[in-house]
Amino acid sequence: MTEKKQSHGIQRRDFLKTTGAAALGLGVTGFPAVLRAQPAAVKVGLIHPVSGFIAFSGTQCREGALMAIADINAAGGIKSLGGAKLEAVLADSQGKPDIGAAEVAKMAEAGVDGFVAGYSSAISLATSQEAAKTNTPHIVDVGVSDSIVNRGLSNTFRFGPGYGKIAAFAVDNLDTINKAAGSPAKTAMIIHEESLFGTGTANLLSEKLPEKGIEVVEVIKHANPTRDFTNIVLQIKSKKPDLIIPANYYNEYVLLARTMRQQRVEAMGIYSVLGGAASNYKFVKEFPEAAEYIMDCNHWFNPKSDVALQRKKAAEDKGLIYTYEVFLAYNAVLGLADAFERAGTTDKEAVNAALASSTMDMSFMPYGPTKMVNGQNEGAQPVNTQVLKGDIEVIFPEEFASAETVFPMK
Amino acid sequence: MPDLAIIIPSVLNGLTTGALYALVALGLTLIYGVLHIINFAHGALLMVGLYAVYFLNATLGIDPYVALLIVPPLMFALGYALQRGIIGKASHGRDENILLVTLGLSIVIENLSLFVFKSDTRAIDTPYSFEVVEILGAFLPLPKVIAFAGALITATLLWLLMARTDLGKAIRALAKERKGAKLVGINTEHVFAMSFGLGIGCLGVAACLLLPSYYVNPQVGHGFVLIAFTIVVLGGMGSFVGALIGGLIIGVVEALGGLFLGESLGQIGIFLIFILVLIFRPTGLLGHKV
Repeated sequence: MTEKKQSHGIQRRDFLKTTGAAALGLGVTGFPAVLRAQPAAVKVGLIHPVSGFIAFSGTQCREGALMAIADINAAGGIKSLGGAKLEAVLADSQGKPDIGAAEVAKMAEAGVDGFVAGYSSAISLATSQEAAKTNTPHIVDVGVSDSIVNRGLSNTFRFGPGYGKIAAFAVDNLDTINKAAGSPAKTAMIIHEESLFGTGTANLLSEKLPEKGIEVVEVIKHANPTRDFTNIVLQIKSKKPDLIIPANYYNEYVLLARTMRQQRVEAMGIYSVLGGAASNYKFVKEFPEAAEYIMDCNHWFNPKSDVALQRKKAAEDKGLIYTYEVFLAYNAVLGLADAFERAGTTDKEAVNAALASSTMDMSFMPYGPTKMVNGQNEGAQPVNTQVLKGDIEVIFPEEFASAETVFPMK
Repeated sequence: MPDLAIIIPSVLNGLTTGALYALVALGLTLIYGVLHIINFAHGALLMVGLYAVYFLNATLGIDPYVALLIVPPLMFALGYALQRGIIGKASHGRDENILLVTLGLSIVIENLSLFVFKSDTRAIDTPYSFEVVEILGAFLPLPKVIAFAGALITATLLWLLMARTDLGKAIRALAKERKGAKLVGINTEHVFAMSFGLGIGCLGVAACLLLPSYYVNPQVGHGFVLIAFTIVVLGGMGSFVGALIGGLIIGVVEALGGLFLGESLGQIGIFLIFILVLIFRPTGLLGHKV
């Protein structure tokens, strides 16, 4: 036995010696000559929760960001840096803020030039704070919490809208939609999940809706996961609200919508804010009957922009479901690349300054002109969508609308 | 205070949900209750069954109820192989090892499925997904009514198997006196693996009956494991009728708890029952039969 082990050991050492020497030889003689001809790649750290409980969204973000990098490189890279290519450096935050921050620290030390992270608000708060220690530019792709940009970090930027704006927009638009139909909706019921997102939304809407003449008759909180929504739906049936407002993540949203359909709930409208499934093609495709007429206030692309539609098609050709994570992460990379381009350097100070003065054309989104205030793009806004005839249509604001609102629903 | 018009549908719905829980618990009561294998991989294996049903439907268009002919036998084979090839070998017959091995298995299975299937939640749309049966003014989704019947049939079949067949006798013998069973010539490894296989086969049945009204993702099993353990203890370890009754009770308690205490707090009813049973009737409702 001992002999056998020894013989293995010697073979392995021999192998290492040979291959090591060969690799060294190649390194000295071959590849560097090729590499020297290229400008150094610009490293972009992509940190997303690609495993853990929000892995689906994290993976969608990563795919969107990688598509943007591929597109930028295919178009010649960063021209002001001699056509330098963007190089993705990937990490998994596992859905945990502390791991996200640790990955930022590692990458910053390894010389990453900028970050696009972290999908959820909690992770984005941690990653941007860590990146601030080295002043490395950090774009938050999705995280909507207002506190992300309210901390005065000079390295943290967001091209998409924040929560305050989305919520205000949602309430105002609901009011407009209701008034346009002759104000038929007078009562609402809110069904929300128990974490910060659902509870925050429920509190905010409970406060704001009465100001618009809509009484909130009941607020029901549920756990994640909730295996069965029949009870909640029975309560909805007994209260007979005009509007049903769900604020929950994908799985629970789908179960709730299916149960409402099964229990033949009749309401004037189902309206959600950042609804977990309402603006998701997957839900609409799998359960067209349950999804029909559901309205949502969420991130969306400009359906009238050819560029946006091309990107959607490219993503779908790759087998991706074109959810907001995909295009928001895509935009975040675009914004960072634009800053490198205008700065003409990867110097952190200069890139942050370029980001702060960004006026990037974002006409592929339903946004106004890009204008950064404290790292937040003030031009960004959500839209209202509605599921109509098995497709997701933009119904509000009018300049981006692809269909007429159906309210009250039939 | 909710009125009667809600309470009746809620109780009926609790019964159908409880039947689904009972289906998951039936397999566990065989594995945990009879053989005392604390199978932490039960939820992960349910997830495997659900994926099997999902892919049979998505790729070959096989209806989940037709899949009853395919998935349970496959799950049985998987369970048999797991017990013979991994759990039995790695545990050396020690309970604490079994616990760690099944926990390890569940982690491996969940992460493998996360890698292969991604964290994407998948559900199937069948022609009867939105069909309802009207009973006492309540709309009960057809898939749940079928699952209710399925749970009754599965429990009866398992009871017959344990009471009337040689295999059932061998399993009971093994549960009572392992050495004695060996001495009278029972192939204990084979019988252990058969029981484990049967338990996992039950999960296959549960998966077929569950998917039309539920969804699958790599974490889906978590929601069922703790409840299944509660039902096994409540019903009495190893009692199939007990598991069925326990499942129905848990379903109704969950439904009424949700109605009266709110959806978040309603779940505590389940665990209150668990504690009360442990204090006042540690053998479970029908535990004396084991």
